[in-house]
Amino acid sequence: MVELKERSACAGLVPLRLGSVTVDEVAPERMTSLSAYGDTAALSAALEQAHGVKLPAAGRSTGKGGLRCLWFGRGEVMLIGAEPDAALAEHAALVDQSDAWAVVSISGAGVEDVLARLVPLDLRAGSFKRGHTARSQLGHMNASITRTGPDGFQVMVFRSMAGTLLHDLKQAMAAVASRG
Amino acid sequence: MRVAGKGLVDHGVRVRFRFDGVTYHGHAGDTVASALLANGVNLMGRSFKYHRPRGVLTAGSEEPNALITVGEGAQAEPNLRATQAEIYEGMVVRSQNAWPSLAFDVMAVNDLAAPFLGAGFYYKTFMWPKKFWEAIYEPVIRKAAGLGALSGQSNTDTYEKAFAFCDLLVIGAGPTGLMAALSAARSGLDVILADEDSLMGGRLNSETGAIGHQPGAVWAAQVVTELAAMENVRLMSRTTVTGAYDGGMYGALERVNQHTGQRTGGAPLECFWRISAKQSVLAAGAIERPVAFQNNDRPGIMMAGAVRSYLNRWGVSPGKRVAVFGNNDDAQQTARDLAKAGVHVVALIDSRVDAVVRGAEFPVITGAQVCNSGGRKALESITFQRASGQKDSLQVDCLAMSGGWNPTVNLTCHTGGRPTWREDIQAFVPTAGAVAGLRAAGACNGVFSTLGCLQDGVAAGKAAAKALGKKPADVDLPVAENAPYRMSPLWAVAGKGRAWLDFQNDVSVKDVKQAAVENFKSVEHMKRYTTQGMATDQGKNSNVAALAILADATGRGIPETGTTTFRPPYTPVSIAAMGAGSQGHGFAPERWTTSHQATVERGAPMIEAGLWYRPSYFPKAGESTWRESCDREVGYVRRAVGVCDVSTLGKIDIQGPDAAQLLDFVYTNMFSTLKVGRVRYGLMLREDGHVMDDGTCARLGAQHFVMTTTTAAAGNVMRHLEFVTQCLHPEWQVSFTSVTEQWAQFAIAGPKAREVLNGLLDAPIDGENWPFMACGDVRVGGVAGRLFRISFSGEHAYELAVPSRYGASLFDALIKAAEALGGGPYGMEALNVLRIEKGFITHAEIEGRATAFDIGMGRMISAKKDCVGKVMAAREGLVAEERPQLVGLKPVAVDAELSAGAFLFDRAADAVRVNHQGHVSSVGYSPELGHMIGLGFLRRGPARLGEIVRLVDHMRGIETEVEICNPVFVDAAGERVRG
Repeated sequence: MVELKERSACAGLVPLRLGSVTVDEVAPERMTSLSAYGDTAALSAALEQAHGVKLPAAGRSTGKGGLRCLWFGRGEVMLIGAEPDAALAEHAALVDQSDAWAVVSISGAGVEDVLARLVPLDLRAGSFKRGHTARSQLGHMNASITRTGPDGFQVMVFRSMAGTLLHDLKQAMAAVASRG
Repeated sequence: MRVAGKGLVDHGVRVRFRFDGVTYHGHAGDTVASALLANGVNLMGRSFKYHRPRGVLTAGSEEPNALITVGEGAQAEPNLRATQAEIYEGMVVRSQNAWPSLAFDVMAVNDLAAPFLGAGFYYKTFMWPKKFWEAIYEPVIRKAAGLGALSGQSNTDTYEKAFAFCDLLVIGAGPTGLMAALSAARSGLDVILADEDSLMGGRLNSETGAIGHQPGAVWAAQVVTELAAMENVRLMSRTTVTGAYDGGMYGALERVNQHTGQRTGGAPLECFWRISAKQSVLAAGAIERPVAFQNNDRPGIMMAGAVRSYLNRWGVSPGKRVAVFGNNDDAQQTARDLAKAGVHVVALIDSRVDAVVRGAEFPVITGAQVCNSGGRKALESITFQRASGQKDSLQVDCLAMSGGWNPTVNLTCHTGGRPTWREDIQAFVPTAGAVAGLRAAGACNGVFSTLGCLQDGVAAGKAAAKALGKKPADVDLPVAENAPYRMSPLWAVAGKGRAWLDFQNDVSVKDVKQAAVENFKSVEHMKRYTTQGMATDQGKNSNVAALAILADATGRGIPETGTTTFRPPYTPVSIAAMGAGSQGHGFAPERWTTSHQATVERGAPMIEAGLWYRPSYFPKAGESTWRESCDREVGYVRRAVGVCDVSTLGKIDIQGPDAAQLLDFVYTNMFSTLKVGRVRYGLMLREDGHVMDDGTCARLGAQHFVMTTTTAAAGNVMRHLEFVTQCLHPEWQVSFTSVTEQWAQFAIAGPKAREVLNGLLDAPIDGENWPFMACGDVRVGGVAGRLFRISFSGEHAYELAVPSRYGASLFDALIKAAEALGGGPYGMEALNVLRIEKGFITHAEIEGRATAFDIGMGRMISAKKDCVGKVMAAREGLVAEERPQLVGLKPVAVDAELSAGAFLFDRAADAVRVNHQGHVSSVGYSPELGHMIGLGFLRRGPARLGEIVRLVDHMRGIETEVEICNPVFVDAAGERVRG
């Protein structure tokens, strides 16, 4: 029997450290896109019953234990870190996205300066707090950006664009590092 | 020359630089201009048109004359201002627009011909013959008159772009800006303070007046220190705010490393900022205006305020014998500062009869006007005329002149606003509210005393705090100079000869008057006619004087005449900075499949399909052309088995109670009747009835489908589905999600496809349980995957999908298995030949103009239901028999070349547009048939099978005869696909 080996989206590209900022891949977790058929209240109730978290509002995320639920666009959230409960399928399309995204963490002092070179959003700590999430652009790529801590962000782009993600981040990191 | 005990430069640090090949020394903190003046170099440039010798006029970014090129080779950067460029060790500076040298410039002969070269000369002289303008006249003129030149080499420097956000953006860090920033910051606002200078403080660094009990520059440094220590303040020096845009957005150019020469390790030369500010304060100050008189452009004649800057900021006197000429009290300060520093002030000439000059330690002549100057490459003398009419001359090497001050209103006009004329100061000031959220304060708002600026700054900072709902903090006002601004307008001194207004473009008073005479009376027309206000300085020094003279010449007032339009950028912004990050790999995202690495390792040249990279072909040892590889790969599929990564095709997961209804609506054919576990080919129309895309759609469950799209149209189809479900049928309960990236999908095609699969699948398949167009779940090495029996080659074929993390590994396994059976990987070239041989369409055929009727699929528009585009597709023009329709093409001569893009004509007709019968959309060499084949569109095509037509490719010079045939060249009965 054939044995298929796993290869993560950013294999060979990370970790990347320049100046005080580090980029690393977030170990692949189960990721499921939930798109409600209509009634988001029913989906939220089912989500709370099954996983203990509510449906996040636009631009926000919810979580419990290792499980997180990210707002992911109009009518869509991403459930990360758990197999989705089958009962959710009554209210939403459940689509496995575990392999669809390159997921990296970007952290360290000056991380906001690095992202300010690529992301046209106000990511200052006072405006974009821990758990805040956005779908926006990173360079020329569509991305999901979430603050994970005072000096930490999670960034997701299409898996196929992992190389460009690291290329763009590296350039921005070098420019920031050169300013000392 | 340096003046002992003066200046804010670091006298302890010597910096060496070169100007036109000569090595000079300056001090840390010097600009090229101040260092050259310190070395006694006055001649810094040649004028644009007449190549007149020019020296420095100003001490800021408004400099029209002293334009320089910094750096060498690919890194040479033209048109920088010597007044702004800071020197660094080893800096290489060259002057511009002079040949063979700055001191001896051949083109200065233009100046002798000046009587013939006035405004409008070129337009009038080079009118005939018309075609000579572009071919001969313009290139010659451009070569003779010009600014610095680009290196012609690819720029190796790094640039960056960045975004910033704040509550308050303060533009300019003079007394006004510092106070605005301080009061806003103390009120708790997030403040960005941007200033184009390297040293914050604005005019305070150039003046001797005290603030409180200390020199203004020391006070400014203290405020900057306080601001720097505040967490809610960001100081951006060397940053010019270049544009004001909608929604509180500002463009700004930061000169990150232009003053260091550092070019390595990703260090950017410049950064183009987009700053989003809830409120802003414009504290951009004012620009002193020259007085027009004959020969007022000699090196050594400069602005009075600039002379003070060189003296007080850089410790340099631009001359040994200096005269001052002005129409306002402010000019007196230049004479006082010079005299106090020990520089010989020959005279203060004030045009006002009633001027009061107290405590002067130099000769004062009131009611007189400087009317000419002498010298060539340097000023040697000036001539002035007294009120009595008597003319006298003075031997001087520097003249400091002042015609008053113009508030820097530029940014307030960037969103369409116009400035307001103020008679009392004879200047334009910003119109309040011209830019939403922006307050102009201080000198740029017509407030010219230091105390007034401090007060205005505090008020503006407080107003911003209040506007954002914060309690404004109190800021104590220090004691400062509060003299009234007294001036009497003096735009131009009457007299013969050329009195220069626009130094950069060599526009004189006479030129502006000539424009009025020739009826170019609108200020915008005058600008185009004379070129006044163009090029790098955009007329910062000359605009108001020019329109004042135009107003006089046309008998209108200045406010009626108005200004030309101020547009961004305020100072030049390099294209490299605006396009930062978008060169090379940054141009566009590169989408790589999971088999990318293995593909590249096999030497496959990659081609771009949208953003994706796909293999063109997989070369093997001994093959010398791509055709050999392609033919071999086609053979794999036709006779053994080929493997191709098709992950790039769009895959859209569609679920919900109304999923089937959505598909029936967006596809022309029926999908609600499709059985679970089956795939169907579908055609999609745009609303206008033309074909949008095609692909297959698989039914995985009662309410679960997976749609595939072509690689290039994946985004369009997704957008189309959004439109349909958001706008046309929001009531449908259906969701869709792109799964293109989730699945790595490979085509396995050829007679031995099943054999390959059965070596890999956990449970083998056969023709019974997996017939043509079947689909379902499978397991590969324990991994859950999906298998579709579909074919784009006409052969027995499958597509196998696994989660992307296993893609690379599965690709390797498939290739290994295929190679063991005499097959292998195939690329886009082979894929294209295989589908042309079967008459399958791609976007070469459905390129936006084709209808379902044109491609022979008119009957696929189901009569039993409605669909997007159905009504429009039935328009008679879209189903007319005369339309070019899909046909196959084969050459009459077996070795003839066919080309895509060629046109088709009747055999006897001329190959001209009106005779065109259709075109060729796709061609390829068919190894099966041993000649080229093609697909194309021909009028009444299906009715003309067997006819010979003319194929002409005018572009490539190809002409041949082709026979019209059925577009299916191989296995017309379609038996292999079911085998």
